[in-house]
Amino acid sequence: MNHISMDAVRAAEARAWSTPLADLAPADPQLFKDNAQWAYFERLRKEDPIHFTRDSEFGPYWSITNYKDIMAVDTNHKVFSSLSTLGGISIRDQRADFPLPMFIAMDPPIHDAQRKVVSPIVAPGNLAILEQTIRERAQTILDALPRGETFDWVDRVSIELTTQMLATLFDFPFHDRRKLTRWSDVATTIAGPGGLVETEEQRQAELRECAGYFMQLWNQRVNAPPTTDLISMLAHGESTRNMTPQEFLGNLILLIVGGNDTTRNSLTGGLYAFSKFPEQYQKLRANPELLDSAIPEIIRWQTPLAHMRRTAVSDIEIGGKHIKAGDKVIMWYVSGNRDEEVIESPNALIVDRARPRQHLSFGFGVHRCVGNRLAEMQLRIVWEEILKRDLDIEVLEEPERVMSTFIKGYISMPVRIRN
Amino acid sequence: MPKVTFIEHNGTAHTVEAANGESLMRAAVDNNVPGIDGDCGGECACATCHVYVEADWWEKVGGRTETEETMLSFAAATKDNSRLCCQIMMSDALDGIVVHTPDGQH
Repeated sequence: MNHISMDAVRAAEARAWSTPLADLAPADPQLFKDNAQWAYFERLRKEDPIHFTRDSEFGPYWSITNYKDIMAVDTNHKVFSSLSTLGGISIRDQRADFPLPMFIAMDPPIHDAQRKVVSPIVAPGNLAILEQTIRERAQTILDALPRGETFDWVDRVSIELTTQMLATLFDFPFHDRRKLTRWSDVATTIAGPGGLVETEEQRQAELRECAGYFMQLWNQRVNAPPTTDLISMLAHGESTRNMTPQEFLGNLILLIVGGNDTTRNSLTGGLYAFSKFPEQYQKLRANPELLDSAIPEIIRWQTPLAHMRRTAVSDIEIGGKHIKAGDKVIMWYVSGNRDEEVIESPNALIVDRARPRQHLSFGFGVHRCVGNRLAEMQLRIVWEEILKRDLDIEVLEEPERVMSTFIKGYISMPVRIRN
Repeated sequence: MPKVTFIEHNGTAHTVEAANGESLMRAAVDNNVPGIDGDCGGECACATCHVYVEADWWEKVGGRTETEETMLSFAAATKDNSRLCCQIMMSDALDGIVVHTPDGQH
């Protein structure tokens, strides 16, 4: 498998530099599955940083590939809309037959009101309360790992930990917690034979099951005094208590995917990165206080969401290109986070980098990741506990990656603990 | 060079220099003042440089822009004297300014 994937990377690299620029189309899920997208973005940053692709399975789209232009688009929500009815926040347009309204895919002022209901749960005071629970759960998971035998890091650590965390945030029945993982995966998958779900009908049926399950929890919580879990907050929040069932489902999916996939893949990505840069791990092992910079560095290096999409609502000129109202605009965080103009040696993981927090993985502006501090805290705790145990973890094979231009993640990664 | 003092929630004070025209956020980050991250590098786009401005200085720092109002509205523990200090530029008139950092901002 290793072999094939290296061939795919080399073939993609050759194509990236030989394809006529006008035909270059980086939004190809197979490229991301093969981890072969890098050369496409390297060329675009050099030769055509704001690039128009006329035709693709996602229709025509602009690619914004360098750090500064991404910052300019991300902070200009008046021109670059996130509205779901215009297509939403990922390159694949939101389906009109199964709309999932969520605040990430709204514009101010409704966005602002709904976001403010959710943000207290990830405010510093609440994080401090959660920290001990997360640490205990991380300890239990790490202590239960087998020694000297092969296991899947994604399943045993990354998924398990983030899923337990989500169950805690929602006060979700603990024994059913893997349903959260399933719903998160189903929400972002594309139905097809051999896929996670075979048909779009099956996908929607599973999401309706998710909605039904949460509706029960909502009904329990709305009739009880307010508590600090997310469902209770939504059920009692002034701007959210009258949400339609579709809006409720949309915001739930947002919180499940937002709190699940991203942290999960950064947990795997960190270990994978250390296997590529073992001297960096040794540096961290000798100086655990470097975790303060190592954690944001891992999040930059991984970039768990490869892009965010906007739709222009008025004509605008940017970098000499004329973007028209209605155009689909893709901010490739995965590219901006490797922009050599802003980040020195961007392809390397450097645990003591000078300004590690200046990266695009959380986005900037009004849509900046609401849970960014929670994500950092979870990652920090896991690495603190790994360092305390001085686990010597060997990555045995290249991980299997997700077939998506949006979720930049891992399906599995076999590892072994040597000590 | 003009000076700015950042006081942490626990009372620890950090007095650092800031050149005229430089933001208080930049001065804090360059001098490793705890509690000021400045993730966006001064674009008013992340709200990780939230401070409370002491009353004596409030009038002198000027008003918030619409963008700053919006970003602050998403920050935790805001008060009437909250500002994002990447939007406060040092000047002779601000020499000696005192600001406080919120509890738990990193």
